[in-house]
Amino acid sequence: MSATPKQPSEMRYAQAVSEALRDAMQADDSVVLWGEDIGAAGGSFKATRGLQEAFGAERVRDTPISEASIVSAAVGAALTGLKPVVEIMFMDFITLSMDALVNQAAKARFMFGGQGSVPMVLRTPHGGGLSAGPQHSQCLEAWLAHVPGLKVVCPSTPQDAYSLLRASIQDPDPVIFVEHKGLYARKGPVDTGESAAIGQARIVRPGRHATVVSYGATVATSLQAAQQLAGDGIEVEVIDLRSIQPWDRATVLESLSRTHRMVVVHEAVRDFGVGAEIVATVMEDGFDELDAPVLRVGAPFMPAPFATSLEQGYAIHLESIVRAIRQTL
Amino acid sequence: MSTRKDAPPPAAQQERLLALWQTMTLVRQAELALVRLFADSEVPGFIHLSVGQEGISTGVASALKPQDTLATNHRGHGHVLARGMDLDGFFKEIMGRAGGLCQGRGGSMHVADLSLGILGANGIVGAGIPIALGSAIAHTVRRTQGVAAAFFGDGAMAEGVLHETLNMAALWKCPLLLVCENNGWSEFSPTSRQFAAQLEALSGAFGIAYQKVDGNDVLAVSDASRRAAEAARSGSAPQLLECITQRVRGHYEGDPQKYRDAAEMGLAAEADPVQRARATLLKLGCPEARLQAAGAEVDARVEAAVAAARADALPAFEPALADVYTPEHSR
Repeated sequence: MSATPKQPSEMRYAQAVSEALRDAMQADDSVVLWGEDIGAAGGSFKATRGLQEAFGAERVRDTPISEASIVSAAVGAALTGLKPVVEIMFMDFITLSMDALVNQAAKARFMFGGQGSVPMVLRTPHGGGLSAGPQHSQCLEAWLAHVPGLKVVCPSTPQDAYSLLRASIQDPDPVIFVEHKGLYARKGPVDTGESAAIGQARIVRPGRHATVVSYGATVATSLQAAQQLAGDGIEVEVIDLRSIQPWDRATVLESLSRTHRMVVVHEAVRDFGVGAEIVATVMEDGFDELDAPVLRVGAPFMPAPFATSLEQGYAIHLESIVRAIRQTL
Repeated sequence: MSTRKDAPPPAAQQERLLALWQTMTLVRQAELALVRLFADSEVPGFIHLSVGQEGISTGVASALKPQDTLATNHRGHGHVLARGMDLDGFFKEIMGRAGGLCQGRGGSMHVADLSLGILGANGIVGAGIPIALGSAIAHTVRRTQGVAAAFFGDGAMAEGVLHETLNMAALWKCPLLLVCENNGWSEFSPTSRQFAAQLEALSGAFGIAYQKVDGNDVLAVSDASRRAAEAARSGSAPQLLECITQRVRGHYEGDPQKYRDAAEMGLAAEADPVQRARATLLKLGCPEARLQAAGAEVDARVEAAVAAARADALPAFEPALADVYTPEHSR
């Protein structure tokens, strides 16, 4: 094989996750994967397909359905020299792992006086659109972003799925890597030589009339809204946060200083969400730049419903984003 | 089990017991110093003492090797001191000083020394058990020849993570040494009212080797721990040690313990593992003067550590932010 960098290749988001895991495991023997059905079965969403074959059952370990102890064990392993990457099949199931995340992983480095850190990653998919019902569709990232000591990353493209997962595995602290079930099949170019830093947003479409801040699957919907409004001569800037803890305040506030209008869009329920933090920040540090109230587009404050018609009502649509942007103009 | 025939010669037995007694005495005297410091408001927060349970921490520690790791619980002073935690760093931490092992950020319930494989005391009942499981997995994957020990009380038997851990440790034959210190009390309630099963039956259900031992007989604990640790190490299989003991003081220091009757508390005090080892040493021919000198040495060490902690500064706020991601605007 030649040493020349690989050309960007087109791949699905799930494959980008899998490639990042493969490359991280090849680069570092201490990286191990744990999760339910991630081995021979390749994971519920096939993000670990072929990895047990490549690295063996000791490094790619199928675990019993014991979310509390799997994640706690990852903390113990991380304190004993491994870099575990744990898959929790649906984000809804992290409720069972909360002691491990909140009381153990998040706090060890601080409460042990910086003696060591917990270099672990918890990968988990959030989001609806599959009629998966109230216990398999939630977007719970705001909970985790509220816990000092945890980082929360939320890639929206195959490239970010690759680069940010590599960065998350290299990070000395626990990182919650939130994937989106609806994005797994999405294709895009991936350059495995491209690195990414946690906490850096990206302006995915420049514009001067209003800023939309989003992350995850609603970035694409926001881009469609921007496209539609462009037809009316309204130029919308779209920011993909990529990581919500830490989040890139500088890029968001800088954009606001040019557009003076802002809408925050996420699939999670609107109330007490990531959007609330961004709006509060804008009130504190960007108030003088505002020409209109900052608006939030998010799911209504209700459990994610099952039936297709109900889920349609719950989901974030292009029209609601367009309406919110128009409202700020 | 050792038989009379292969028992060590009395002199060696005496030296071994003397070393164990000294460690138990260190744990005891350190905790009794904490009793006084707590009463004088020199210890912030609250503490949970292991007075009466020193035979277990000391006995198990005697079976561990340098590469081994351990996770303990809220009643963890004995485990970390018996493992060799620096006494100054220990007192400074518990008294909330800058020079504490955790720089005063954790306190009694979170003392840790990763350089000794101490993965922390823990404020959440049972939480150390799966942490030790993960450490045991890491020992296997990294081929360290290490064993991970998890200390937990009988109150933790009702926590789901114990049951999950027993399952995974058995499935994967992890070098995990599970040490239950059964003192009969789940915080303020007798464990007989809290837990319907028996630990022996539970470990049997998972095919995990089980030993029950008198936790107040430090030699018995040490022997059982050596057997278990070596079995875990060489056979890479989990081992469970249930050590029967007594909690002499309250759930927390200052607990009026109105839920206990005087007779039971008297029996708990009488079962004292430190006194018991001392009596055995005298019977084995150890001169009283030697014990007194060793005891005085421990007292002097504890006194010096307390003095050093008192003299140490309180931790400054700014440096604490270095060990957690805290955005500039949020400081």
